[in-house]
Amino acid sequence: MSAVDLMLLSIAIPFVGAVLILSFGSVRIAGGHVREWLSVITSIALLLTVLPLLEKFMQGASIDYRMVEPIPGIWLHLSIEPLGMMFACIASLLWVVNTIYSIGYMRSNNEKNQTRFYVCFAIAIGSTLGLAFSANLLTLFIFYELLSISTYPLVAHKGNELAKKGARTYLAILMGSSIGFLLLAIIWTWSLAGTLDFRAGGILSEHIGEPVIGILLFLFIYGIGKAALMPLHKWLPAAMVAPTPVSALLHAVAVVKAGVFTVLKVIIYIFGPATLADSLAADWIMYLAGFSIVLASTIALFQDNLKRRLAYSTISQLSYVTIAAILVAPFSIMAAALHIAVHAFGKITLFFAAGSIYTATHKTEISQLKGIGRQMPWTMGAFAIGALSMIGIPPAAGFLSKWYLLMGTFQTQEWFVFGVIIISTLLNAAYFLPILYTAFIEKADDPIAQGTMQEAPLPIVIALTITAGLTLLLFFLPDIPLQLINGLPGVKS
Amino acid sequence: MISNHLPVLQVVLPLLAAPLCVLLKRSSLLWAFTLLVSILSAVIAWSLLQQTDAGIISYAIGGWAAPWGIEYRVDKLNAYVLLIVTGIGSLVMLGGRKSIEQEIDSKNLSLFYTAYLLCFAGLLGITITGDAFNVFVFLEISSLSSYALISLGRDRRALTAAYQYLVMGTIGATFILIGIGMMYMITGTLNMHDLAQRLPEAGSSRTMLTAFAFMFVGVSLKLALFPLHLWLPNAYAYAPSIVSAFLAGTATKVAVYVLLRFIFTIFGIEYAFTELPLSAILMLLAIAAILLATMSAIYESNMKRLFAYSSVAQLGYMVLGISFLSVTGLTSSLLHLFNHALMKAALFMALACVMYQQGGVMMDNLKGLGRRMPWTFAAIVIGGLSLVGVPLTVGFISKWYLLLAAIEAGQFVLVAVVLAGSLLALIYVWKLVEQGYFHSGNESITRQEAPLSMLIPTWLLVLANIYFGIDTSLTISVAQTTAEQLLGVTQ
Repeated sequence: MSAVDLMLLSIAIPFVGAVLILSFGSVRIAGGHVREWLSVITSIALLLTVLPLLEKFMQGASIDYRMVEPIPGIWLHLSIEPLGMMFACIASLLWVVNTIYSIGYMRSNNEKNQTRFYVCFAIAIGSTLGLAFSANLLTLFIFYELLSISTYPLVAHKGNELAKKGARTYLAILMGSSIGFLLLAIIWTWSLAGTLDFRAGGILSEHIGEPVIGILLFLFIYGIGKAALMPLHKWLPAAMVAPTPVSALLHAVAVVKAGVFTVLKVIIYIFGPATLADSLAADWIMYLAGFSIVLASTIALFQDNLKRRLAYSTISQLSYVTIAAILVAPFSIMAAALHIAVHAFGKITLFFAAGSIYTATHKTEISQLKGIGRQMPWTMGAFAIGALSMIGIPPAAGFLSKWYLLMGTFQTQEWFVFGVIIISTLLNAAYFLPILYTAFIEKADDPIAQGTMQEAPLPIVIALTITAGLTLLLFFLPDIPLQLINGLPGVKS
Repeated sequence: MISNHLPVLQVVLPLLAAPLCVLLKRSSLLWAFTLLVSILSAVIAWSLLQQTDAGIISYAIGGWAAPWGIEYRVDKLNAYVLLIVTGIGSLVMLGGRKSIEQEIDSKNLSLFYTAYLLCFAGLLGITITGDAFNVFVFLEISSLSSYALISLGRDRRALTAAYQYLVMGTIGATFILIGIGMMYMITGTLNMHDLAQRLPEAGSSRTMLTAFAFMFVGVSLKLALFPLHLWLPNAYAYAPSIVSAFLAGTATKVAVYVLLRFIFTIFGIEYAFTELPLSAILMLLAIAAILLATMSAIYESNMKRLFAYSSVAQLGYMVLGISFLSVTGLTSSLLHLFNHALMKAALFMALACVMYQQGGVMMDNLKGLGRRMPWTFAAIVIGGLSLVGVPLTVGFISKWYLLLAAIEAGQFVLVAVVLAGSLLALIYVWKLVEQGYFHSGNESITRQEAPLSMLIPTWLLVLANIYFGIDTSLTISVAQTTAEQLLGVTQ
């Protein structure tokens, strides 16, 4: 099978899976519903398509496919570049793990409308793959919107007032920003440059000067609401009403990473590092992202709800990618790309752990977690690894991206960013370590529960052990992502 | 042989078929006959569009050459509008039978079909004719029959709605007639082609200004241009469901066509946009239409009224595109003419399904509809997303061109208005989605999907919304060449 076929297949598989789940999902068979098996099969099929694709890509195959031309001059166009390949690998790998987790979680918590859940999940992953392989801004925008729409039912899943309200905020911010700013920025780019292709060195450089660069940059950065740069971050805590598998894969990996991925693509391939290197607007974005990092971490300190604390941590970590990308130094672009991978593995582990605690004990607040480390050693062990990765302590993978980011700040002499990272690391420690202290050192209020094992169902434990393992593995074997990242324009120089 | 007479057959076929309906008594026969006529008309329109590739078709009625006789003149623009009207008409009729049987008294059935075909013929006549007075005649045919169609609605408020429309529509038609009379006074001809040549020669005069004003206001009334739109929400809301679907997809589109014809072909760009501040007038009215009508839609709990208000807003987008006086702007209007017809026909057909099964189209009828009527409700959602302008739907293509036109013109306020309009549309569409899918009611939900005979045409329209959002080779090329022709840009 040719590489192009593999690429098309990798986007098609989740959508086909969604149709199958919708058609046959509610049928019961021995050991559960058809939808669970179909989800597992679909996710494994996807991984088995993406891995050979990765191999072919690493061998240097050029993978490019044009579908149709909806607007004269702009094709629905797919092609693979290193960043997209990496993103696709992360999403498809973690989807398999997350599916296992979902089955455990959704069954144990007796969630309703599970068929809709698995269908929308598959569509969201398919959109993520499409977004990763988009070769121009229009194609990317299509999958970006599809991702917003397909994840809405997942956020509103419970259907009660709280869920609907959260989902409303979610959709209003994501689609409001994408229609209001991103679409405008894309059409404006088209009218200036006459192309929307992602090209090394950017397409805008010879067409614009200040202040249009600045205005466009702001429209892009704030149009990509999924990157959750403050003040457009409210949708992320709001999305925490969703079942935890959604928070874990979509709101720690697929959706938010789609945001920062798009930011990175726009900076590298639309503006081009050279255009932004001496732009005043880029400095402004840098300050705003730095502000977002510190403020979000500070807010996280005061959240007692575990998932909300994790959400604010995500907001802060996403701005790492944005700030690293906007520095446009070789090391910082590397850091931005690597952080997409690193944060994905760490944060999904943390969310898996949060969902595991909820499933086993129905506890959602950090203050309730006294002594839980003894009851749920696997869960809290994985949580600890995830937390270390967030703080950036070896041997967790978080150390790597922080290292390159700091190198980037040396390269560019941006001491503001250096300071932000140091402060933020301290804040990360300040809001993660107390959780570990509460869980492992403090004694449980309830003496009976003390010391008895009370782990979550097996699929959940398996899933979070795998992701915790991957977080450690990535520290020791960062070759594959690094090899991909070294192929990015702006990194090699 | 026949292909030479296609222009006249386009009108004569439904016009002659209409009275024949009175002879047919059985509902199924009436429906099949009307459907056959609609489809034949669509075939004629399609072949006319093909013929216009070779140039403008001029057809002298009864062999009397213009300016003594009436000339039918088909260029890309009206061939395109003819195709929209007949295409939508055929699809709506295809799915209409059950809904019509349910909503119309059986003793009125043959009258209903007669009125329907008359209205159809009238709309086609307005579009195809090259004679200004003939426009008025067909306008009256289509208007009078549509008053009758609306009044046949089951709800008693249909009568007041029809009456309201009758008063407004008559004022509009009279204004148009006065305008035509004055143009005749200046030039001594009623043939559009001659008018287009002689009006500029006559130079601007007070008579010409008055004629323009009467024409513009008269057409705006039929077009439901803000603030002359007040008849439209009630008319759409209380008419029989199929009539709403038909009118929403066709009537206002034809009115936009008449506006384009009068401004661009007859009065000429020079007069309308240079001597008169038409651009500014259209722009202001369009902004008001987009923002105010969309906000009215948000607070509406009757779905038909909601989409009727949305139609007023969408007409605002078309008028806004015209006001830029650029190829891109006009292309966006013409694209939206086609695209909006698809959206609204799909949505009103889906509402006809809801009406058929639930007996009402209020917000309450939507509760849990995603479960009860999954296919119908999915059609509403996709139609709604198309209204918002989500990619892969036709709405996105229209919006793309409109925004591009605004950016090219450097009008960033208008960019903001269009974007704000889309976001407000997202609010009312999402109200429906929440009602349909995330309504936390406890009543047991049984599946009661609409019959396939209604679902299939609805879904054909929905799929057309998607298809023409991806493969735009037909729509964009036609819209662009037409826009270039209207603006006199040589290719």
